[in-house]
Amino acid sequence: MRGLRKTYGGRDVVDGLDLQATAGAVTAVLGPNGAGKTTTVECCEGLRSPDGGTVRVLGLDPVADAAALRPRVGVMLQDGGLPTGVRAMEMLRHVSRMYAAPRDVDELAERLGLHAFARTAVRRLSGGQRQRLALAAAVVGRPEVVFLDEPSAGMDPQSRHAVWDLVRELRADGVAVVLTTHLMDEAEDLADVVHVVDHGRVIASGDVPHLLSDGASGSAPRVRFAARPGLPVGALAAHLARDLPDAGWSAVEAEPGEYVLAGPVAPATLEALTGWLAAQDTLVTRLTVGRRTLEDVFLDLTGRHLR
Amino acid sequence: MTSPFPAPAPARRRIAAQASFETRAILRNGEQLLVTIVVPVLLLVGLVRTSVVDLDTGGVDRVDFVTPGILALACVTTSFTSQSIATAFDRRNGVLRLLATTPLGRGGLLAGKILGVLAVQVVQVAVIGAVALGLGWQPVLAGVLPALGLGLLGTAAFTALALLLAGTLRAEGVLAVANLVLVLLVVGGGLIVPPAELPGPLAHVAAFLPSGALGEGLRGALLGTGVPALSVVVLLGWTAAFGAGASKLFRWH
Repeated sequence: MRGLRKTYGGRDVVDGLDLQATAGAVTAVLGPNGAGKTTTVECCEGLRSPDGGTVRVLGLDPVADAAALRPRVGVMLQDGGLPTGVRAMEMLRHVSRMYAAPRDVDELAERLGLHAFARTAVRRLSGGQRQRLALAAAVVGRPEVVFLDEPSAGMDPQSRHAVWDLVRELRADGVAVVLTTHLMDEAEDLADVVHVVDHGRVIASGDVPHLLSDGASGSAPRVRFAARPGLPVGALAAHLARDLPDAGWSAVEAEPGEYVLAGPVAPATLEALTGWLAAQDTLVTRLTVGRRTLEDVFLDLTGRHLR
Repeated sequence: MTSPFPAPAPARRRIAAQASFETRAILRNGEQLLVTIVVPVLLLVGLVRTSVVDLDTGGVDRVDFVTPGILALACVTTSFTSQSIATAFDRRNGVLRLLATTPLGRGGLLAGKILGVLAVQVVQVAVIGAVALGLGWQPVLAGVLPALGLGLLGTAAFTALALLLAGTLRAEGVLAVANLVLVLLVVGGGLIVPPAELPGPLAHVAAFLPSGALGEGLRGALLGTGVPALSVVVLLGWTAAFGAGASKLFRWH
C-alpha cells in the first residue's frame, strides 16, 4: 500500500499512508482510536475506494478485482457484521457455503469454543463470543490474507488466547495476517511487524525489538519513580554522572511527580538515586526498573492527551 | 501453505444458500411472520366475513373481490415492509459489508435477497390462497398467469423502494417509515379498496401509485375483467424510478 489517502467531509482520515504485509507474518496496525486504522483496512478489503494512492492485495486491486480477491481474503469487521436473528453455528455454516473447500466447520468451532453457544441467537451472544464467531467466519474459507479489525476487543483472557493461538497457526500456514489493535500486549505478543499509525500516517514501523530500542540507550532498562513534583532533574542527572561518570544520563519529569531516568543503569545507580533523594528530604512512593514497553513507545509517539 | 488454493463455491450455490438463509430469517422472525402472513390472513377473513368496511364489489362475491387485494397487500409486506426493515438493520449491523467481502459479493447478496422475497411470497400465496378458497374464492383461472406476472412487477417496484429506503435512512427511521407507509397504502393506496372508491382526490391519485396499480391489476386479472394497461405502465415507471434511485443512492456503510 502506497500513499493511501481517504477524505471524509474535507478531513483527511488517511493521509499518505504506506504499509506492507507479508505472507506467513502477522502485521499489526497499532494506533489510537480515530487514527485511521479501520479506514485503512476497509480500503484493503474493497469496502471503500481510496481517494489517492495505490492499494494492492495479492497483487490485485481490491475494488477493480474484487471478485477474484473475495475467495482469497478473509475479513473480520470491527462491528462484527453478523446477522443478529440466526443461531451462531448456522451463521458460520452459511458463510462456509460460499467457498468450494471451506475448513471443517466443527473443527473450527471446537478450536474457538463455539459449540458452547452453537444454538444461541447471535443477538444474545456476549461481545467476546461474537468476536470469536466473526473470526471463525473470516478464516473458514482458508484465505491467503486475513484482515482482523480489533480482533480481541471485548474478549475475556481465555478467548483472547484462543484467538491468538489461531492467528499463530494461520501464520505458520503461510497466511498473511493484518490486524488492527490498540492493545499493546496484543501487538507485542503477536506481531512480527508493527506499524504505529496516528492521524492517518505511519509514524513508526518495525519489529517489536526495533521499536522498543531507542537510539543510544538501546533497550537498556530505565528507572521510573514517583516522588513529589518539581525535583531538580538537572541536578539529579549531574549527580548520577559524578558517581557513575560513564556518560549519557538523562532524567526527566514525564508528568508532575513521575520521573524517568535513562542511562547505563547499574546496581549502584539505585544507591546513588536513593541517596540523592534522601539528601533532598524526599520520599519515593514508587520505583520500578524495567525496559521500555510498547506502551511507552506508543505514548511517546502519539502523546498522552485524551482524544 | 498447507491449504489448497482457496476457491469460491459456484455462483448458483452461493446465491441459493443466501436465498435460503434470507427466507429462513424472515419465516423465523415473529414480527416478520406477523406482518407478512398473519395480518393479511386476518384482514382477508375480516373483510370477507364482516361488513365493517363498506365495499362496492360491483356485484361480484365479496371473497372474489377482496382476495386479489389481499394478495397485493401480501406482495407489498414482503417485498417492501419486511425487506426494507431487514436490509436496514443488516446494513447498520455491518452484515451487508461482511457478506460483500465473502465470495457472495454485493451482486450475489442482492440476488439472494430477491429470491428470498419470492420464496416467502410462494408461502404467502399458498396460505392466503388456501384460506380464500376455504372462504369460497373462485378466481378466474385464465387470470392466474397475468396475475403472477403483475405480482413479479409489483415485487420489483416495491423491492427497489425497500432498498432505496434501507440504503439511505437510519435503521430506526426505516422501521418507522416502512410501517407507516404500509398502513397508508392499505387505507388509501388502492391496494384493497379500489382507487375509484377512495374519497376525494385520492380517487384520482391512487391509481398512479404502485399500490393502486398492483391492486387494480390483480383484481382485473383474477376477476376476469383484464389487467388494465395503466397498471403495467405505472408499475414499470415506479420500478425504473425506484431502481435508479436505489442504485444511485444506496450506501453500504
